[in-house]
Amino acid sequence: MSLLQEPLIQRMLIVGLLVGAAAPVMGTYLVQRRMALLGDGIGHVALAGVAAGWLAGAAFDLAKQDALAIPGAVLFAIIGAVVIERMRSRGTAADIVMAILFYGGIASGVLLIGLAGGSNANLLGYLFGSISTVTWGDVWMSVGLAALILVIGLGLRAALFSVTHDQEFARSTGLPVDALNMVVAVLAAVTITVAMRVVGVLLVSALMIVPVAIAQLLTRSFSRTMHLAMGIGAVLTLTGIWITVFQDIQPGSLIVVLGVALYVVVAAVTSLLKGVRR
Amino acid sequence: MRSAVSESSTPTDVPPSLVEARDVRVSLQGTEILHGVSLTARPGEVVSLMGGNGSGKSTFVRAIVGAVPTTAGSIDLFGSPASPLARARLGYVPQRITAAGGVSATALEVVTSGLLGSRERDGRVGSRLRGLVPPRDAKARARAALASMGVEDLAKRDVSRLSGGQQQRVLIARALVRRPHLLILDEPMAGVDLESQVQFSHTLGHLKEEGVGIVVVLHELGALTRHIDRAVVLEHGCVTYDGVPPKDLGVHALPGHDHDHPHADPPVRDGSSLGLEAP
Repeated sequence: MSLLQEPLIQRMLIVGLLVGAAAPVMGTYLVQRRMALLGDGIGHVALAGVAAGWLAGAAFDLAKQDALAIPGAVLFAIIGAVVIERMRSRGTAADIVMAILFYGGIASGVLLIGLAGGSNANLLGYLFGSISTVTWGDVWMSVGLAALILVIGLGLRAALFSVTHDQEFARSTGLPVDALNMVVAVLAAVTITVAMRVVGVLLVSALMIVPVAIAQLLTRSFSRTMHLAMGIGAVLTLTGIWITVFQDIQPGSLIVVLGVALYVVVAAVTSLLKGVRR
Repeated sequence: MRSAVSESSTPTDVPPSLVEARDVRVSLQGTEILHGVSLTARPGEVVSLMGGNGSGKSTFVRAIVGAVPTTAGSIDLFGSPASPLARARLGYVPQRITAAGGVSATALEVVTSGLLGSRERDGRVGSRLRGLVPPRDAKARARAALASMGVEDLAKRDVSRLSGGQQQRVLIARALVRRPHLLILDEPMAGVDLESQVQFSHTLGHLKEEGVGIVVVLHELGALTRHIDRAVVLEHGCVTYDGVPPKDLGVHALPGHDHDHPHADPPVRDGSSLGLEAP
């Protein structure tokens, strides 16, 4: 129990819980719209934002070199999400949009960090997550952003379900479809920058999608899928972080591996049960 | 089968149009799809919009519901220019590709999503992002809409696992839950089993009696023949026929069509090319 009184462990668990519960909310909408990989595209753009923030920090001669890294990531991720949404609504093929973002994001990230006088090693924490370095400032920012995701993502569930389920019907009812699409894109971007801290850019999408995939195996209702995925996401991140307290393992990768393992187990058990019922 | 509102004898009694589209033009990706299409539907009137593939009938109804922008012409709904608010009284059943998204959803959830949209409240126009009615009433209304389509027992089922006909009935229920004054359906009979067709024909009769105006895109008149007051035929984005369902297409041969009334001349084009024939 004394471990729980360690401030670092407290911070890690708070951020883990928030991210684990909030990420699947937006993940559910992305899966609903069949854009499960959108998070990867935005994540790579966020990486360029991290590097741009780093560059800005160097230019302003800030004491803490990466002070602007997360704000840069948030800004770039939102711009990236808005661009994707625009291109998508104008009918550009989603895979082409994604490819441009992937390559553009990672290449400009490496380029910018070099210009800032950093090395690729500085980017590693963002690529794979660095939850063991969270400060109380990071915690408060995570609390704020996670609250935003939860309040809007859950509060507008009916409207967001309608728009992601059947856009044409939603438009016929008079819902502000374009604005709601933008809400999904921007909140997805915010989710990614919050989750980046825990699992890193490369695995950020997993935290949004894998819990939804597991929940999908267990329930047929959209709202229950979302709620269950939130629970699964929270348990996975807390478990992963708790294990790394005792074992020197990368938490981000552990959380995702736990999630994928759980998916395999649940998929096997549910298909076995279906077989038995027949 | 006649609705009270259509018993008009003098021109001044003619009820106002629920939808009045005049010379509507629509271009998609630089190509003009509709070259000035007009259509009206009054309360209790069932208008079938027909035509071959690529004739523009789906594009036309999508323009009416606001899913595609028009480049010229006008669309009035309930006597005023089409707006999100006017669409609050409209029920739309899009062409069914699939009723399911990437996440499973129950039939009840899909139907409840019909209870969203704009409406006038306390004299102010507002978008009701959280539903037109309180959540508790929403469920009861959604169940009633499912029951009206004979699929109440499917409420808790995953829509993606339902048959084509069942999915279609759920989508019609999603439009009906809004208690629309004007119902617009795009190919509701495509890939639908006979039982669902009969059920829908039955529902259509009821709605017509209640004075709901209906515009239905059809490939063939089929099971709905007896309810159809007017057929509008589109070809290459132009109206080629607008009148009572043509006699030579076998309308009189159908059971239930037991009265005589003058019919307009059949369309110049051979109707068989449109697949218009009695079932």
